[in-house]
Amino acid sequence: MTSSLLLAAGSLAPASRGFLSPTGVEIVFVLVGLAVLGAALLTVTTKQLVHAALWLVVALGGLAVEFLLLTAEFVAWVQVLIYLGSVVVLVLFGLMLTKAPIGRSPDADSGNRWVALGVALATAATLVTLVVDAFRTSWIDLGSGGGSTAAVGASLFRYWVLPFEALSVLLLAALVGAVVISRNGKGGTAAPRAGKLRTPRPATRPATRPSTRPSTRQER
Amino acid sequence: MNLLDTLLRCVAVLVVFLVLPLVIGQTEHKVMAHMQGRLGPMYAGGFHGWAQLVADGVKFAQKEDVVPAGADRRVFQLAPAVALLPYLVVLLAVPVGPHGLVGQAVDAGIFFVLAVMGIGVLGSLMAGWASANKFSLLGGLRTAAQLMSYELPMLLAAASVAMAAGTASLTGIMDAFHWWWVPWQAIGAFVFFTAGLAELQRPPFDMPVADSEIIFGAYTEYTGIRFAFFLLSEYGGILVLCALTSVLFLGGWHGPLPDSLGWLWTLLKIFALAFVVIWARVTFPRLREDQLMRFAWTVLIPLALLQLALTGVIKVAISQ
Repeated sequence: MTSSLLLAAGSLAPASRGFLSPTGVEIVFVLVGLAVLGAALLTVTTKQLVHAALWLVVALGGLAVEFLLLTAEFVAWVQVLIYLGSVVVLVLFGLMLTKAPIGRSPDADSGNRWVALGVALATAATLVTLVVDAFRTSWIDLGSGGGSTAAVGASLFRYWVLPFEALSVLLLAALVGAVVISRNGKGGTAAPRAGKLRTPRPATRPATRPSTRPSTRQER
Repeated sequence: MNLLDTLLRCVAVLVVFLVLPLVIGQTEHKVMAHMQGRLGPMYAGGFHGWAQLVADGVKFAQKEDVVPAGADRRVFQLAPAVALLPYLVVLLAVPVGPHGLVGQAVDAGIFFVLAVMGIGVLGSLMAGWASANKFSLLGGLRTAAQLMSYELPMLLAAASVAMAAGTASLTGIMDAFHWWWVPWQAIGAFVFFTAGLAELQRPPFDMPVADSEIIFGAYTEYTGIRFAFFLLSEYGGILVLCALTSVLFLGGWHGPLPDSLGWLWTLLKIFALAFVVIWARVTFPRLREDQLMRFAWTVLIPLALLQLALTGVIKVAISQ
């Protein structure tokens, strides 16, 4: 925890308040959290492929609302920009490229679902244990401005520059990898250049024997 | 800020959202007509057909609301709202004048407006998929591809202004503005405005709704009030794009008149830009899909990066 964040967030003193008299914000936080959980469950259980993607929109948008309630404004908008605006659009794009039928897709069920459930539960248990153990009864006072662009930017580029840059190198590697994979392995067949009108070949000319009628184009 | 104040601001934004897009729509009728040497709608309402859009609205409201038999009902019906509402929300954060004349000052304003604008495209995607129509699906695909390509230059151009002002808040940018920012950020303004046009699917970037090829893209199956919502979202999008361009690149409420008339300058700049949007529609032929992608990746993104570099260099130079 950095000093600026500490200043913005107030003390980490043990709670002088109880959990039995929640404020309005806390109630909303729990309700939105339940909605996110429900949407996430629907995402993995619905039998309709595109509906799963749309429920994902609800879940990710709900997460953005949770960030907002925690006064992490910057993170919330970035969440909307990256996940709702780009990732889900990409997912929908991919689904539309495949056969994404309207109605149920019976073959969408995976045989791995019990394994997946086990992994998900184990991950959730680990994370919940970790967070609960890390913070226990400490109380972070959410003063305004703790999650503002200035505060996030300062701590990101003053204290966390190295992890940030390491992550960008990782993303660069992923980008290069994607380019390599999409180049299809063979550099020999150059793709036709997009964007230029090419003169159409006469339909009658066989493409394999261009030498028999060499002057077709001049005659036209 | 008490409850009454908040409520008042929300109502004001709602009124602006309900009025200005219609004004832009009517302007489009008239400007297009005159540029093409014809009159445009002349009868409804008497004076130069001013009530044509109202008549259109009444017609749309009266039409039967048809949902195709093979369509996914709920998604199909939800799509117009998803397309329209984001623009209303964006308008809340756009500063109109000095001294807090803004719906709600958002700290990370640039991120907020661009993020929420991106959601509107989900509406087109939902419409395209849920219509159970191949033309709609093609339109949805093209919409998604176009958004993917044009979101990046738009963000980069906006980031350049944020760098120049040293803040991501729209009101903060307005306070830091100097007149010489206009030539300094001119390339960014071009990139932002062009990419915005493409994101709104306005001509010459209207491949997703190209009527001569795929009927009306994602909106093919829509009639009545839901179709009107899509049209309204297009005009609302023009309003938002023009407002953002004028705030980020043209100085918003800054102008020769005293500060109390700042909102007039904002309006003036918005309408001048809206005129350019309509002008571009009449002037340019539609780009082909591959030309569209090519333009984004080989022209706009390098230009946006150039603008970022330029902003960085000059920013460092003047802060010495």
